[in-house]
Parts: sequence; structure tokens; C-alpha cells
Amino acid sequence: MTTQTTTADTPSTPTTGAPTGLIGIPAQAGRALATGGGALTIISTFLAWTWTAAFPGDLTVYGYPGGLQVLALIGGALTTLFGLSSYGVKGLGWLTPAGADGALKFAALAAFATVWYTIIAITVDLGGIVNLEPGGFIAALAALAALLGALALPFERPEPEPHDPDDTGWELARHRLRTLRDTGKAAFSSGTARPIGTLPSYAEILIIVAILGLGLTVFTYGIGTEYDELFIGFLITAGFGFAALNKSGLVNQASQITARHQNITICGAFVAAAMFPFTQTDDQYATVGVYILIFGTVALGLNIVVGLAGLLDLGYVAFLGVGAYAAAMVSGSPSSPFHVHFPFWAAVLVGAAASLVFGVLIGAPTLRLRGDYLAIVTLGFGEIFRITANNLDGTSGPDITNGSNGISSIPNLNILGFDFGAEHAIAGFTIGRFANYFFLMLIITAIVVLVFRRSGDSRIGRAWVAIREDETAALAMGINGFRVKLIAFAVGASLAGLAGTVQAHVTYTVTPEQYLFAGPIPPNSAFLLAAVVLGGMGTISGPLIGAALLFLIPNKLQFLGDYQLFAFGLALILLMRFRPEGLIPNRRRQLEFHEDAEAPTVLTKAGA
Amino acid sequence: MTTDTTTTVAPTGERVLDARGVTMRFGGLTAVRDVDLHVNAGEIVGLIGPNGAGKTTFFNCLTGLYIPTEGEVRYKDKVLPPKSFKVTAAGIARTFQNIRLFGNMTVLENVLVGRHTRTKEGFWSAVLRLPAFHKAEAASRERAMELLEFIGLEQKADHLARNLPYGEQRKLEIARALASEPGLLLLDEPTAGMNPQETRATEELVFAIRDKGIAVLVIEHDMRFIFNLCDRVAVLVQGEKLVEGDSATVQGDERVVAAYLGEPFENAPGDEELAEVEAAEAHADSADTTTDAAPGKENDR
Repeated sequence: MTTQTTTADTPSTPTTGAPTGLIGIPAQAGRALATGGGALTIISTFLAWTWTAAFPGDLTVYGYPGGLQVLALIGGALTTLFGLSSYGVKGLGWLTPAGADGALKFAALAAFATVWYTIIAITVDLGGIVNLEPGGFIAALAALAALLGALALPFERPEPEPHDPDDTGWELARHRLRTLRDTGKAAFSSGTARPIGTLPSYAEILIIVAILGLGLTVFTYGIGTEYDELFIGFLITAGFGFAALNKSGLVNQASQITARHQNITICGAFVAAAMFPFTQTDDQYATVGVYILIFGTVALGLNIVVGLAGLLDLGYVAFLGVGAYAAAMVSGSPSSPFHVHFPFWAAVLVGAAASLVFGVLIGAPTLRLRGDYLAIVTLGFGEIFRITANNLDGTSGPDITNGSNGISSIPNLNILGFDFGAEHAIAGFTIGRFANYFFLMLIITAIVVLVFRRSGDSRIGRAWVAIREDETAALAMGINGFRVKLIAFAVGASLAGLAGTVQAHVTYTVTPEQYLFAGPIPPNSAFLLAAVVLGGMGTISGPLIGAALLFLIPNKLQFLGDYQLFAFGLALILLMRFRPEGLIPNRRRQLEFHEDAEAPTVLTKAGA
Repeated sequence: MTTDTTTTVAPTGERVLDARGVTMRFGGLTAVRDVDLHVNAGEIVGLIGPNGAGKTTFFNCLTGLYIPTEGEVRYKDKVLPPKSFKVTAAGIARTFQNIRLFGNMTVLENVLVGRHTRTKEGFWSAVLRLPAFHKAEAASRERAMELLEFIGLEQKADHLARNLPYGEQRKLEIARALASEPGLLLLDEPTAGMNPQETRATEELVFAIRDKGIAVLVIEHDMRFIFNLCDRVAVLVQGEKLVEGDSATVQGDERVVAAYLGEPFENAPGDEELAEVEAAEAHADSADTTTDAAPGKENDR
């Protein structure tokens, strides 16, 4: 081992001079190879990759790309565009405000991963490499060439840390790994984006519309993927593609623009979301949409409790359950013990109020605890709710919840003569049952977003964040910690209850088993928390995106079967290791990065 | 909306803080024993003592973080409630020995949190955003910016608190405490870790705060800082108040010297040696006062 490490250390020392790439190809040739490889990948997607239509997506046609080929086409196009931009081609400079090389590497990686995933999937599915047509080989070689070319691009190698000569072999190996990791990080890093100048506001709004349109397209495509391979390919392309856009600095500039027009962006996002049912021909994916919205809205409510006030609540799904049960009992369902049929607005109020009461009842005794203890107690209360609902069936307790059968046959909503159970034709589009509920849920989401934004940016929101940051100091600043935490808990609970009232109608039936701590089907407490953490604590879009991913991935990857939770855990560990701030880091963290970028200029000013 | 009784300059001689017989026991350990201390309006009072003397514990008793085992603390003739947020609402603000800013909030937000007790808008007001909300929010921001100007951090209002240099974090903590419009400010080692220039600046800041009509009680180990600043100094040793008085009284008290330097052995250092030490110290003190601007190394704690 020792000889290995010493030999490995020697070649890394002289590389500190001129920047070189990971692969020993001249930089010029590498750049050409990457750009050319990208272009060839695009061309190859128009060829047939396999001879039989047995592989889903019909990759047998010359002339137009299908299925996974479209994703490969996007990867190739990104590679080519970033490659051309790195040459300084006029009119493409705006693509890479933070430098093209890092972006080019990720784009090439996106193309390579997508193409090779497709090729391997074809080979495995159809049983042998003979099933590939020449087009497939061309695509594979082109993508490989692009990747190799991109990896040959020079980058600033970090100064390797000198190692202690007294280190044992194990420590040397660790040191070597660390150096390797730093080199890898540097290879895929990029500069900081130059700040975007002020454009005329109509242009900025057009850019926002384009961004939202892109978002809707990506989301609709992801929901509409019909087979496992396509969804995995979608995740690969979307993941690496987003990384490429991020490295190019475009994401940074986009967030600058949207930050300037926050209200327009939020309204636009809701309009874009409302367009979603119109992109669908049947109700199949609107179902997915409405479940994602319910999941996302509840996650957003949890974000007030966890992200703003910092109270780790592991039984949050109980509040959704209370809202759903309360609304179901007053909805005129035959299995409800109360034979009443409230109008929807009254049912919503009942649901939210019931959750509020439940939240205060649970919060008042438990919020005296801090940290882990609070988490454990809330976890317990979440389970208490489920078990109680299970037992209030007339045999082991009073008959209120109808036990494990739950409250079934909840009638569809009918607001002002608009029957949510029936199909409606709006402007030539057929809007089915789930699409109707999708629109209703969107309104609830908007309410939650409004409450989140407004309360977060106010005296009470600042008090929440202060409590999260340092409870003792917050108390010393005159904040009544218990009261403020109880408000956060109650607000979070009633927002979840609000979503629950719609959920009861969407699912027809409310049973205790829908409100577990952890289970394969979201929403449950563990997935809700995961959506918040994965998406980004303290943000609005974070939990929504996190919820969409956490709902779609188990929903689309049915073949994972029993390994779903295992894969979920693994993915969560990886994410927390490599991006602990979540997919969408919040404003405070952005400020932090912002100041990191600015620090040197301030220093030089002081020095001069 | 703001009950602005606290910022008006109270007539000198009125007792702002009156602690009587404060005793704090943790199990068998008596950290603070029967301490009396009062602070008059417009006064700067110092609290010194060796490490572990119970100064911070006493502070915590005053601010409601600890509930004294015996004794009572009055603020303007009212017994203080045993909750720290109520103490702040009553008019006593404090800073912490180890800076406890809200690191992930901006400088301005930190000061706005300090305004919490002087504003009233609750959750519904925030969600509905009626005109009263905007008015109160604007007023709070204006007041917070005034305070940031007072300590000289108005340029950094949008920076994250944790990215500030150390000295500015200390200042920001003072601004945050001032935002609650206190009648009495408790500073727990405000110059710890500062260089002599920063210490001087802090002195100026404390005087400026006193000139606003806010009484100050300060814990410090930097003797020059204390004796420059304070009208009265109390010495706490092993939980008990040893002496209290003006700088000269305290400096001249041999029990204080003994508490800091240790008791002389029985008969070991003769009286003449003790006198020698005192003379040397007196000399050092006079040298200190003459070469005030010179960086005094002995002050770098």
C-alpha cells in the first residue's frame, strides 16, 4: 500500500504549473472533440438505435427521435451549445455567464449518461448487444467522445496538501482520497456568474415566462413518462442538465431576475401550474398532479414548523388526518356518525379548526421540550392519532371514526352547481374529476403560499427564525418563546387540515392507514419531512419540488418494489452528503454565498 | 403603540435596578450569596471579580434566565417577573458573554428582532397586511436603521450577522439590545477579545448610551476599561460582594488585590514587599494613564 501511495503522489506534484485536464488530450483537441461529439450525438438521435419495437419508445425509426432519443438529443444540444459558447461564438456568450468549461463537462456528462443508459437498457432488455443498430453505436461513440473531450478541458488544480511523512498507510490512503476528491471537485467547478444587468422590465418578465414555461414542460414531461426506462432517463438528463445550467451561471441569473419580480413569478407559477390539466388528454396524470399538490401543500405547511421555527415535528401527517376526518364526517358520507352535509366552505372551516384545536392540544404540552425530545414526542402523538382513529369503531370505543374501515363513499364536492365529480368541457378541453380537484387544490396551495410568505416576512416570522437560531437569546430579546412556537405549530396544523379537507374528497375514503409515520405511499410524516429537507428548508418552491420528486419517483419506478424505501433512504443520504442545503437553498444561504463572492473585492479595497 | 417611558431621561438618583439579597444555589453550590446591588438612573456601574466569581450567574438572575433562590430584583420599584422575555419587556436588555447573535439573519433583522417587545402585530396582522401593519413595520425599520447608524453599521444592514467581524458582532449585539428600548442595559464582557482601539471605541459607545438616558451595568475583566467608564464598581468574589464604591476605593482595597492575586502566605511576604508591589502597581497605573494611546499589552485578554 505504501509503495502505491508514494508513486501516486509523485505525478500529482508537477501538475501545479500549467492547468491541465483530467485526461491527457490537448485542450484544443478536447474542446473540438466535446463540441463535435455533442453535434454528432444530436445527429445520431435521428438514426435508428435498435431494430425492433420491442424496446419501448420506438427507437427504430430513421428521421425523427423518439422516447429516450429525445432526451439524448437534449443532452447533445446542451453540449454543442456550451461547446460553441466556449469558443466565444458571437450570440452564444449569454449562455455561459460563469464560464463554459464546467457547464460543458456536465452537459457532456448528461449526454453520455443518457445515451449509455439507453444503450445498456436496450442491450439488457432485449438480451444482447446484437440488438443495436449502427445508429446506436454511433450515438454511444459520439457521447463518449464528447465526454472525453470535455474531461480534457484544463482546470485549476488545487494545491495538494502536504502529507505528514509519519502517517500510517491508512492515513496516507485517506490523504490520497482527499486529494482525489478535491481534484474532482475542482475539475467540475466553475467561476461565479457575473451579475446580470437590468433589462427592460418587459424583457425580464418575458424571461420569467420562458423559465416558467420550461419548468411546466419539464414537469409535464416527467409526469407523462410512460415507462420506467424513460423516467430514469428523464431523471438522468434533468439532473445533469440542471447541473450544467447551474455551472454555466444561468440558474444564478434566472434567480436574480425572479427575485426582482417575486410577485409576478409566484403568480406566473400558479398560472403555469393551472395550465397543467390543459396539457393532458385524459385524467390519468391529473391524478398524479393533484396528489403531488396535496403532498406539496402539506410539506409547505410543515416548512413553517420545521423550516422557519425549527421545531422538528415527526407526526405532522396527523394534522392532515384530522382535517380529512373532520371534513369527511360533515360531508354527508353514509358511514359518518354525524348525518350532516355541510357546504364545502363550512367543511373547510371545520377541518382547519379541528386541526388547529388538535395542534394546540398537542403543542401546549410538548412545545416545552426542545430538539430531539420534541421530535420523539410528536412522533408519538402522530401514532396516537392513527391508533385512536383505528379504535373509535364502536367495539373498542365510541363509534366515531368507523375504525379501520374509515369513512367511505365521501360524495364529490359541488360548489355553486359545479360538480367536481363530472367532466367539464372548458374551451375545447375536457377537464375530468381529478383535474377539477387539481384546480381546487391549487387554490388551497395558493393560500398556504400566501400565509407562508406573509407570516415569514413579519414580526412573527422573524421571531420564529430567532427561536430557531438561538432560543435563549430570543427569549432575552423579549420573545415569548412558548407562545410564538405554539402559533407556528397551530398555523402549520391548520394549513395541513386545510389540505386534508380536499384530500378527503379526492380519495373518496379516509382510513387511519393513510396517515402513517413511514410507508411506501406519500404523504406520510417521514416523506413530508424528507420533502422539506430535500427541497430546501425555509423556501416556498423547495418543498413543492421535493414533494413532486418524492411522489413521482416511487410512483414511476414500480419495479423497485420492496426496495423503494431502501432506495429512498440511500438517495436521501447521498443528497444530504453532497447538497445539505437542499435542492433550492433559501435566501439566507444565497446571501451567504453572495457575500463569499464579494469578500475579496472588499478586502482589496481596504488594502489599497 | 410604543410605550416610550423608558427612553426618557430619568432624574438622577432614581433607582433603576435594585437587587436585594440575591442568592443563587445550584444544588449544594452557592454561586451567588446574598448580593445587594443597585443602579441609579444615568449611572454606569461596573461588576468585576475573578473568573468563577458568579458575575454572569448574577446577571442571569437579574434577567430572569435564572430564578434566584432567595432575594428579589426590582426594576423601577417593580419586582421583576421570573421570565427573561418579561424582564426584557419591563425594560432590562442584555448582551451575552459569548456572542449570541442570530447568525443566519441579516444585521437589520437582528435589530428588528430586538424590537419584538415594542411592537404588537401578530399573525393575522401579518397575513392580512392591513395598513396598520405596513405602518408599524416601516416604523420598526426606521428605528432599527437609526440604531444601526448609532453604532455605525448602517452600511452593512443586509449582511448576514455571522459574516461580520468580531468587533462589529459585539456592537450589533448592543444595538439589538438597545432596540428593545431599555432603561437599563446589562453588558456581559463587551470588550472580551477586542484590541485596545476597539476597546476605546466601545468605551465611547457606552458613554453615548449613557447619554441617551440608559443606565448601564457592565461586567468586564479589563480594569482600565472599567475604571475609565464606571461611576461605581462592585467586586464579586466567590459569589459574595466584597466591596462597592468608586474606582479609587476599589483599587485601594487590599482585599480586591488579594482576590485577584491570591492571599499572601502567613508571614511569608513581609509588609515591605507588599508595599513594594503596591507601589509598583501604582506606578504602572500612572504609566497607564499617561500613555493611554499606547497599545497596552496587559489589556489584551
